[in-house]
Amino acid sequence: MSEVPENAPEHCPGTGSEDAGKASACQGCPNQDVCSSAKPTLDPAVAEIKERMSSVKHKLLVLSGKGGVGKSTFTSHLARGMARDENTQVAVLDIDICGPSIPRIMGLNNEQVHQSGSGWSPVYVDDNLGVMSVGFLLNSPNDAVIWRGPKKNGLIKQFLRDVDWGDIDYLVVDTPPGTSDEHLSIVQYLKGAGVDGAVIITTPQEVSLMDVRKEISFCRKVQVPIIGVVENMSGFVCPNCKNESQIFPPTTGGASKMCEDLKIPFLGKLPLDPRIGKCCDEGNSFFDEVPDSPATQAYLEIIERVKSYCQKEETIMDCT
Amino acid sequence: MDEVKNNLANVRHTILVLSGKGGVGKSTVATQLALGLKNAGKKVGILDIDLCGPSIPRMVGVEGHDVHQCPQGWVPVYPDPNLAIMSISFLLGNQDDAVVWRGPKKNAMIKQFLTDVVWGELDYLIIDTPPGTSDEHITVVENLQSHNPDGAVLVTTPQAVAVGDVRRELTFCRKTKLRVLGLVENMSGFVCPHCAECSNVFSQGGGESLAKECQVPYLGNIPLDPQLANCSEVGQSFIEAFPSSPSSQAIQRIVQSVLASTSTSQDTT
Repeated sequence: MSEVPENAPEHCPGTGSEDAGKASACQGCPNQDVCSSAKPTLDPAVAEIKERMSSVKHKLLVLSGKGGVGKSTFTSHLARGMARDENTQVAVLDIDICGPSIPRIMGLNNEQVHQSGSGWSPVYVDDNLGVMSVGFLLNSPNDAVIWRGPKKNGLIKQFLRDVDWGDIDYLVVDTPPGTSDEHLSIVQYLKGAGVDGAVIITTPQEVSLMDVRKEISFCRKVQVPIIGVVENMSGFVCPNCKNESQIFPPTTGGASKMCEDLKIPFLGKLPLDPRIGKCCDEGNSFFDEVPDSPATQAYLEIIERVKSYCQKEETIMDCT
Repeated sequence: MDEVKNNLANVRHTILVLSGKGGVGKSTVATQLALGLKNAGKKVGILDIDLCGPSIPRMVGVEGHDVHQCPQGWVPVYPDPNLAIMSISFLLGNQDDAVVWRGPKKNAMIKQFLTDVVWGELDYLIIDTPPGTSDEHITVVENLQSHNPDGAVLVTTPQAVAVGDVRRELTFCRKTKLRVLGLVENMSGFVCPHCAECSNVFSQGGGESLAKECQVPYLGNIPLDPQLANCSEVGQSFIEAFPSSPSSQAIQRIVQSVLASTSTSQDTT
């Protein structure tokens, strides 16, 4: 944690140090206020969350630096795909506080959260698929959550600590775009409990890859393992003539090239199928509606890869 | 607050480009709007306050440029004498660096962009924002209060999922008393280059019905055109490169409406 910012004075004690903001070298440093006020004390919630999460086997994050690339779509499909096996308990946590899309995609619009003795109860799509989102706490679809960081962090903490998740095999966390409050909080709060890894979503264009590279730097900085990258919306097959077009052109080689350059696993490509968007709008399962689409096949393959990654983790854990 | 007012004293119109949803084309619309206004003979600036995912520099073709310091403050990057750009991306040593900042640091940076950048004389300052209704948005609106921004252009895509988030952004505008200049529906339909069949890749009509329901002006829809994505990738002006595309004409209409609605707001003040 003890980092020395680039613009720091010569004898900077480091931002993580006890003396941060108080040492004589800090006099006149532009960061002095920030350093002296923000003491990195360990939140007692981390331990409580660890306790709560002890019944959750695998914790996965779905991340992307860029917005609108399909994080929520992928999250819901990953969860639905995993929950096709009746013996697997899956839960989805939506920490996109300002733009929660999961309730609609899961077909749970207008649902409310119930309180029980052991905390908030998730809303269930199926017996083995529970969901929690800020969307369930809002009164009207017009309600905006106009919150600064600390309030968002408080809610994320509550989601992790106070929701009665029960025994779960996979907890999939859907995140907002960026590398800011929500991301830092989820990683910090789950530090004790441990995150299996992150799946990173992108679209093929460089404008998106640019932001995704930042997200990869973020994962490396906060030491979250990267399960791999998924390229979404890569190629559109015209329903009329069956010819493929690149709506979002991969001008710099797309995600596979980026993965090669950065030496991270590439999990696969998902074609752009208008029926995916339609199912998400209506809250239906794409797997049930259009089982024959090439996108369904691609999804299932990627889900298999994510699962086998988690199982490999498990065996390594067992050995140590 | 007065610092902002003084620093932006010579900026005639300020427009925010907002959307609750990510990836709907805020930066693309901001860029093309700015280029369109520039073509109309205006002096334009773009301020990119998406600190975690700045896309503007690439879209105007000035990725990797540096910001210079002068006695008055930071000098924006000029891809053209009539176009000034400021983005956090110019301040990063490496383009892959992640800006892992919590709210307070982001707020301080945005304030600095408003007070310390030498914008000079501008007809229009377009502010491109990240998705959401959080720190960046509250801060920029708060700081601009004394400067009286003209209003916001909201961008959505046609799906219900995106429209749902933009609905929340409209509530944000109401609560902060920010005028809504209009709503743009982006990625509206895709004309297959092979058979000319129009597919609604992301459903259709969501933006227009939302505008009607919430009684805000509808500025039109921009059809999906891979050439537009391509221009954003290489930093080209789409309306100059492909003036005959239906998407180009849609953007031109948006530019005209913005010119019309901001000139009246100027007259009344």
